[in-house]
Amino acid sequence: MPEIREKVDVCVVGAGHAGCEAALACARMGLETVVFTVSVDSIALMPCNPNIGGSSKGHLVRELDALGGEMGKNIDKTFIQSKMLNISKGPAVHSLRAQADKAEYSRAMRKVLENQEHLTIKQAEVVELLAEDLETPDGLATKKITGVKTYTGAIYEAKAVVLCTGTYLKARCLCGEAITYTGPNGLQAANYLTDSLKSLGIEMRRFKTGTPARMDKRSIDFSKMEEQFGDERVVPFSFSTNPEDVQIDQVSCWLTYTNKNTHDIIRNNLDRSPIYAGIIEGTGPRYCPSIEDKVVKFSDKERHQVFIEPEGLHTNEMYVGGMSSSLPEDVQLAMYRTVPGLEHCKIVRNAYAIEYDCINPGQLYATLQFKSIQGLFSGGQFNGSSGYEEAAAQGLLAGMNAGLFVQGKEQIVLDRSQAYIGVLVDDLVTKENLEPYRMMTSRSEYRLLLRQDNADLRLRKIGYEAGLVTKEQYDYVCEKETLIKEETERLYQTKVGANHEVQAFLESKGSSGLKTAASLAELICRPELSYEMLAEIDPDRKPLSPDVIEQININIKYDGYIKRQLKQVEQYKKMENKKIPVSIDYDDIQSLRLEARQKLKKFQPVSVGQASRISGVSPADISVLLVYLEHYGSKQKKE
Amino acid sequence: MKTDTIAAIATAVSDSGIGIIRLSGEDAISIADRVYRSKNRIKKLSEVESHTIHYGYIYDGEEMIDEVMVAVMKAPNTYTREHTVEIDCHGGILVMNRILEVVLKNGCRLAEPGEFTKRAFLNGRIDLSKAEAVMDLIHAKNEFALKASVKQLKGAVAEKVHALRDELIYEIAFIESALDDPEHISLDGFHDRLAQKTEQISQTLKKLIDSADNGKMLKDGINTVIVGKPNAGKSSLLNALLGEDKAIVTNIAGTTRDVLEESIRLHGIGLNIIDTAGIRDTEDVVEKIGVEKAFQYAQNADLIIYVVDSSLPLDENDEKIISLIKDKKVIVLLNKTDLESVVDENLIKEYFSRAYEKMQQSELPYKNEKLTVLRISAKESTGMEVFEQTIKDMFFSGKIATNDELYITNKRHKEALEEAYESMQMVKQSLADDMPEDFYSIDLMSAYASLGKIIGEEVEDDLVEEIFSKFCMGK
Repeated sequence: MPEIREKVDVCVVGAGHAGCEAALACARMGLETVVFTVSVDSIALMPCNPNIGGSSKGHLVRELDALGGEMGKNIDKTFIQSKMLNISKGPAVHSLRAQADKAEYSRAMRKVLENQEHLTIKQAEVVELLAEDLETPDGLATKKITGVKTYTGAIYEAKAVVLCTGTYLKARCLCGEAITYTGPNGLQAANYLTDSLKSLGIEMRRFKTGTPARMDKRSIDFSKMEEQFGDERVVPFSFSTNPEDVQIDQVSCWLTYTNKNTHDIIRNNLDRSPIYAGIIEGTGPRYCPSIEDKVVKFSDKERHQVFIEPEGLHTNEMYVGGMSSSLPEDVQLAMYRTVPGLEHCKIVRNAYAIEYDCINPGQLYATLQFKSIQGLFSGGQFNGSSGYEEAAAQGLLAGMNAGLFVQGKEQIVLDRSQAYIGVLVDDLVTKENLEPYRMMTSRSEYRLLLRQDNADLRLRKIGYEAGLVTKEQYDYVCEKETLIKEETERLYQTKVGANHEVQAFLESKGSSGLKTAASLAELICRPELSYEMLAEIDPDRKPLSPDVIEQININIKYDGYIKRQLKQVEQYKKMENKKIPVSIDYDDIQSLRLEARQKLKKFQPVSVGQASRISGVSPADISVLLVYLEHYGSKQKKE
Repeated sequence: MKTDTIAAIATAVSDSGIGIIRLSGEDAISIADRVYRSKNRIKKLSEVESHTIHYGYIYDGEEMIDEVMVAVMKAPNTYTREHTVEIDCHGGILVMNRILEVVLKNGCRLAEPGEFTKRAFLNGRIDLSKAEAVMDLIHAKNEFALKASVKQLKGAVAEKVHALRDELIYEIAFIESALDDPEHISLDGFHDRLAQKTEQISQTLKKLIDSADNGKMLKDGINTVIVGKPNAGKSSLLNALLGEDKAIVTNIAGTTRDVLEESIRLHGIGLNIIDTAGIRDTEDVVEKIGVEKAFQYAQNADLIIYVVDSSLPLDENDEKIISLIKDKKVIVLLNKTDLESVVDENLIKEYFSRAYEKMQQSELPYKNEKLTVLRISAKESTGMEVFEQTIKDMFFSGKIATNDELYITNKRHKEALEEAYESMQMVKQSLADDMPEDFYSIDLMSAYASLGKIIGEEVEDDLVEEIFSKFCMGK
C-alpha cells in the first residue's frame, strides 16, 4: 500500500502551549520540524482561564522569554488587562498576570508558527511512536526514537520527538451524569497513542482537572459586583517588548461572592457530582478545587470569591473564575444564579471536569528526555503538570533539548537555584506527584534570587548559547550586568558627609540625619529612601535605564538576605555537582535501606543532590551513597 | 574542596582519666587558637610545627576551663587528611562538654555520627577495601543517633516541639497561600499577629534551651531511685532537688502512691529520678501496687537513694528495704535532722552488715565498699550540697556509669533549638524593619526545619500540604 513517508529532524506532537514553544524552539535552531495537532484551529488554545501569568506563573513566563520563548511576546500582543500582583510585598514575589483575549492569543500564536521558517503545521492525530532497540544500551536508554505514525498511516521519520499531548490522551469530559469522550471544548480526543506509549514501557497515570462555566455578558448584572481594574502603568512580560507598546485601554474584571444559598444547593446535590459519586478516577489538583470541593473542605467559610473575567474583546462570553464544577447542568444553573449579579445568568458553556492520560514524570531526566528512550522528549500536562505557563516552560525546555540532541550538543538542565523552570522540572522528575503540578512561589527555596525582574540576567546567556536569543539581546544583558555591577560598587564606595546639605535632604525625605559619614548604599538601605531619590545629593551619577536602577535598588536593599540565599545555593550546588554514574548498581550497596534502594533504582537520580530530594531517601542513605561513590570513583580510575 | 570544621568528643565520656576533643577541617587550627592560651600567652597554634604537642589552657572568653595538652597536626598527614587538633583534657564530662561547647561557639560544627571516619575515607585515608564496613558504620551510627535522639526526648518536650512546629507551619502556609493567591487571601493585620506569635515562640524556645542546659530534655541519665518508708521525706527530697512542687508532699503517710519520674541535671550529670511510694506492709490495694513498683524500680536502678526518717527508730520495714537494696549502690540519707535524731550512721551500717551476713560470700560485690551515709534536712535544705557533691564524686570516679551518647544528643537538640531561636530573632528583625512578608517566611521556615531535627522529621512537602489543607486556594 502506498504511504506517505517524510523525513524531518523533529516531530512535535500537540500544538498547545507546550507544543508551540517546543516546535518554535526546534525550528529556530534550524531544524526541520513538524508540529501535529488534531485541529489547526486549536493552536495555542486557552480552554480554561483567560489569563497568562499569576503568582510564580508570571515568573515562568519571564524566564521562558529570557530563554527565547514566545509566550511572553504573544501575551504582550494580545492582553486586555494586566496587573503586577503582590506589589506591596517583596520584589521576589512580584508577579505579572494578564487577561488575554483568548481568540487573539490563539490567532497571534498561530501566525507566528505559520511564518516560522523550518516549521510545518500538520493536522493529524499521531497514533504510534516508532522506536528501535539500541545495539548497546546508552546509559539507561535501551531504545531510540525513529519517528511517528499518524492515524491515516503517514510516517514521519525523525531524530527526535517531543510529546506535548496536553489533556487529549483518552480524554473524557464530565458534566454531572453526562459524559462525553472528547478533549477540551469538545475537540477530538487522542485515543490511540496511550497504547503505543505503554508498549514502549512508559508508565501512565490518569489525572483530572476542571473548568467553570462561561456566561453571556448581557445576562450579568455588573452593578452588584466590584469592578477590578488593571494597573495604570503596565509592565510587559517580554524583555524585548517596548514598554510603551503595552500602555493600552484595558477592560475590567468583576468580583462577586458565593453565599449560603449557593453552598446549600451544592451540598444538597453532592450525590450527583461525578467526583463525590466516585465516577471520576483521575486525581485532581488541590490548588484549583472545584466549588464543590471548596464548600465541602472549607465548610466554615461563609463565602468564596467569584471573579467574572472577559474572554476577549470580540465575544460576550465571560469566565466565572472560582466556580469550576462537574455538577450536572441543572444544578450548575441553580447554583450560579444564587450569586449576586448572576441571578439571571445564561450559561454559554457548561462547567465540566476532564480526565486524561499522562505520564509519571519520574521517567524523565531533568532535560525532559525519557531515560529509557533516546530522542524522546515531553512537556506540559502530559508530564503531569497543570497550567498554560507550566506547559509552555516545559515545552520550551523539551524543544531546546530535542534540538540540542539532534545537533549532538550537550543538553540544558536548569537547576533549582537558576530558575523557577528548574524547580518545576526538578519537582516533576524527582518527587512523587500525585496530582497535576502547579507552580507555587513556596516551592522555590531560593526565590529571593529567582525574581521576575532578573530573569534576563539569569537566563539570557543560556538562550543565546542554544541559539534562541539574538546576539543583540544577549549583548544588551551583558552590558546591563556591567552597569549594575559598576554602579553598585560606586554606591558602596561613595561616602557622603554629615554636612548641612545632606542633613537637609534627609530631613526633607523624612529620614533621620547622619551622625558620621555614610556610603550612598547605606542610605539606599533605608526603607524610606531609594536610588532615584538620592539624585539630589549624588550629582556625579551617570544616566541609567529604569531596569538597571531597579536591580541596583534591590541588590542594595536586600543585600543581607540575598547573601544568605547565595550561601544556601553554594551548599546546594555541592551536592548537585556530585554526579551519579548511570552504571551504578544500587543492589550492590548493602548499607542502603531497602526503601531507599528501591526509590533510587526507580528514579535513577543523576546527582547526589537529586537523590537527597527523593522521598524515602534519608540523610544516612545519602552519606552511604557518598562513600560508595568515592569508592566507586577510585576503582574506576584504577581500572 | 573546602569543608567546614567539625568537632566531637573523641573518647568515651564517663570514667576515663583523660578526655580528647577532636577538631578536623580547614579552620581546625585557627579555631583552636581562639580558645587556647599558652602559659606565656604568646604562642599561636597556627605558628607551631605540625605534629607537636603544646601545654596550655582552654578559655571561654576570660574564663579558664581546663589545663590541657593540645596536639596540632596539619593536613595531610592526619587521620582525616585535614588539619586536625586534639585537645587532651581532664576527662570529666563537665570539662569535656565545656570544651566542646567552646569550640562549637568559635566556629566548629558538631560532627555527625561517624563523620571523622567518613572524612578519613573520603579523603582517601582508609583502605578502599573497607568501604563496606565504613558505610555500615556510618549508617549504624546515624540510625542509632536518630533513634536515640528521638527516643531520649521527654514526652513533654517532644510535644512542645511538635506544637511549635505546627504553629510555625501554619503561619508560613498562611503567608505563602497569600503570596500564591493574593486575590483570595489577604495579609492585612498579619504583621501584628506574627509579631505576637514570634515573641511567644521565641520565649518557648528560650525555655526549652534552658531546659536543655539543665538536662531536662532527655529521659535517660543515671537511673536514680528514691526509696524509703512512707513519710520519710522522699518527695520533699525530690522537690528540694527539682526546686518545684511536683511530688505531693503531705505528712500523711502514703501520699505518693505511684511513682514520679523527673530528670534533672546535677553539676552536669543527668539524673533520672524516680520517686517511689513509701515501702511498708499495706492492705490498701492502690498503695500496694505502688510499693510493688517501687521494688521493681529499685531492682533496675543505677543508684539508690535511701531516705530514712532519723527521728523515728528503724523497724522491720527498714530491714526489708535494706535487704532489697543491699547489693546496689546506695546513698543513705538521714533526713529530718531538724528534728531530734534517734538513728545515726552507725546504726544504719549495722543494719546493712546484718543484711550482708545473710548473703553468700560470692554474692557480695559491694560489701567492702564504704557505705555512704549523709545527714540532711530536705525540709530546710540543709546537707544538700554535700549530697550533690557525693553524687558527682561517685559519677566522676566511675562508680556509676552512663551512656556517653546522651551528652551528644542533648547537644544536638540544644544546637537545633538555638538555630530555631536565632531564626526567630531574624523574623523579629524583619518585622521591626517592616520588611515585606515573604522575607519572614524564609526564617520561619528555617526555624521549622531546625525543630524538625529534634524530633527526627524532615521538611519535605509539609508546606504544600499545609497550604492546601488549611487555606482555600484559587480558581
